[in-house]
Amino acid sequence: MAMALEMIKKTKEFFIEIGDLSYFALRFFKQAATPPFEFKELLKQSYQVGNRSLLLVATTGFIIGLVLTLQTRPTLIEFGAVSWMPNMVGISIVREVGPVITALICSGKIASGFGAELGSMRVTEQIDAMEVSGTNPFKYLVVTRILAATLMLPLLVVFGDLIALFGSSLVEFMKGNVSFRLYFNTVFDALSYGDLIPATIKSFFFGFVIGLTGCYKGYKTGRGTAGVGIAANTAVVMASLLLFVVDFIAVFVSDIFYEL
Amino acid sequence: MDVKENIAPLQKENTSEEIVVRIQDLYKSFGDNKVLNGFNMVLRKGENLVVMGKSGSGKSVMIKCLVGLMVPDRGVVEVLGEDIARLNQVDLDELRSDIGFLFQGSALYDSMTVRENLEFPMRRHRKKFEGVTDTLPLVQEALENVGLAHTMDLMPEELSGGMKRRIALARAIILKPKLILYDEPTSGLDPITAKEIIGLMRSIQKKYGTSALIITHDVDCARVISERMILLVDGINYAEGAYQELVTSSDPKINAFFKK
Ligand SMILES: Nc1ncnc2c1ncn2[C@@H]1O[C@H](COP(=O)(O)OP(=O)(O)OP(=O)(O)O)[C@@H](O)[C@H]1O
Ligand SMILES: [Mg+2]
Repeated sequence: MAMALEMIKKTKEFFIEIGDLSYFALRFFKQAATPPFEFKELLKQSYQVGNRSLLLVATTGFIIGLVLTLQTRPTLIEFGAVSWMPNMVGISIVREVGPVITALICSGKIASGFGAELGSMRVTEQIDAMEVSGTNPFKYLVVTRILAATLMLPLLVVFGDLIALFGSSLVEFMKGNVSFRLYFNTVFDALSYGDLIPATIKSFFFGFVIGLTGCYKGYKTGRGTAGVGIAANTAVVMASLLLFVVDFIAVFVSDIFYEL
Repeated sequence: MDVKENIAPLQKENTSEEIVVRIQDLYKSFGDNKVLNGFNMVLRKGENLVVMGKSGSGKSVMIKCLVGLMVPDRGVVEVLGEDIARLNQVDLDELRSDIGFLFQGSALYDSMTVRENLEFPMRRHRKKFEGVTDTLPLVQEALENVGLAHTMDLMPEELSGGMKRRIALARAIILKPKLILYDEPTSGLDPITAKEIIGLMRSIQKKYGTSALIITHDVDCARVISERMILLVDGINYAEGAYQELVTSSDPKINAFFKK
């Protein structure tokens, strides 16, 4: 009984949270569309987003490409299809693995970063101070960060894809004596706009989700310094969860388009 | 003029220019936590008014209602002749440019240098600075007022708590406000640094002729700086008078403030 009540309470809280988040998103669109625009801060935040996650994205991308290829090789050899390696790995990286892995890495880095930054600004009254200074803190802090994440994530995904492909080609070069040139030529031949466009659109949404949840959690931080840690932590959890939901929807939608 | 008179039930004879802040019947609660229960206050031009209250008595809540950072449940807040609740965002921002706010924990923007911190209030309150193209002299003047001209390019994290408070004070006065709100200007500082801050507050008042509302639970601070005091107890203005009057009172609730 107590457990059932607890579950009902948790479910209720979950939907209230989703409602709050949607309201926050609406506020973002409203504020993003009206002047004044904080271009300088947007640039600064975009640089920060890229700079913060570049190394991490590169490392994971490289390893994923490497591992994916190493593990697929034996199976492909068994079927005598090892020459299909670039097509297979290339397509799975570009269509799914690259965007999802990059987004997950970034949610750990960017969403938690936003949560902690805005959370500590809230707790130390910096957000209040901004408001009193006549600068709209939502525009200055939130809109710029969400936009930065939305715009930068696709770039990070492309970067991560390239590194992953490089990792994959390295394995092919060492184990199968396939030249880098041949490898990349095969990959690019195999890729169509049907692979690239949905992946890119998806990446924008991933970036938006990461920026939104990070800012939402940070901006709503409760009183006290403990709130900052909670904000950073829950931002990552929520962002990762939402990423998979968005991914599911994206795969579903693009599948419909393939059928057409 | 005409509409306002009909709606706002304020006594006409008191609306003279001399009154800088008028709070009437202020109520604010958070859930079941009734913080303010009909608080009244008047601050006259050029006056130093101290509001004293225990920790958690709602001093910060009251001062936040004053600048529109919090919306009261009930009551009228008039600042510099304007009813806060009736102002739109633009007018509210313009009014705020006449108010300096020193936050309880200094609230310096920790991603900006001292200079950028001081320039921040000027970026939107442009109206006050028509024709000013170079903000540097203003920043310098404000920093010299607090004796920290050499810290211009430092980051807040490089400053001690006392220096931060002084920079925050410089930021609060950079717009040459008519009214300064101090939220616990001496909290968290050692007695000597606290004395320095109080000295600065007095010299600023002398130099610019500002009115000041000082919120504190520091008896020494109150004694030195106040011309009049209000004790905030149980959400109301429990007692009012000069320091000497209150300190000799026999009421136990008043006495509790001055017992060491
Ligand atoms: N945003 C808020 N949400 C919920 N409760 C709040 C909020 N702000 C203040 N309170 C509550 O209002 C009461 C008064 O808080 P306030 O910060 O005004 O105290 P204070 O008098 O400034 O104390 P201190 O001297 O410690 O700063 C406290 O009980 C606090 O928990
Ligand atoms: Mg306070």
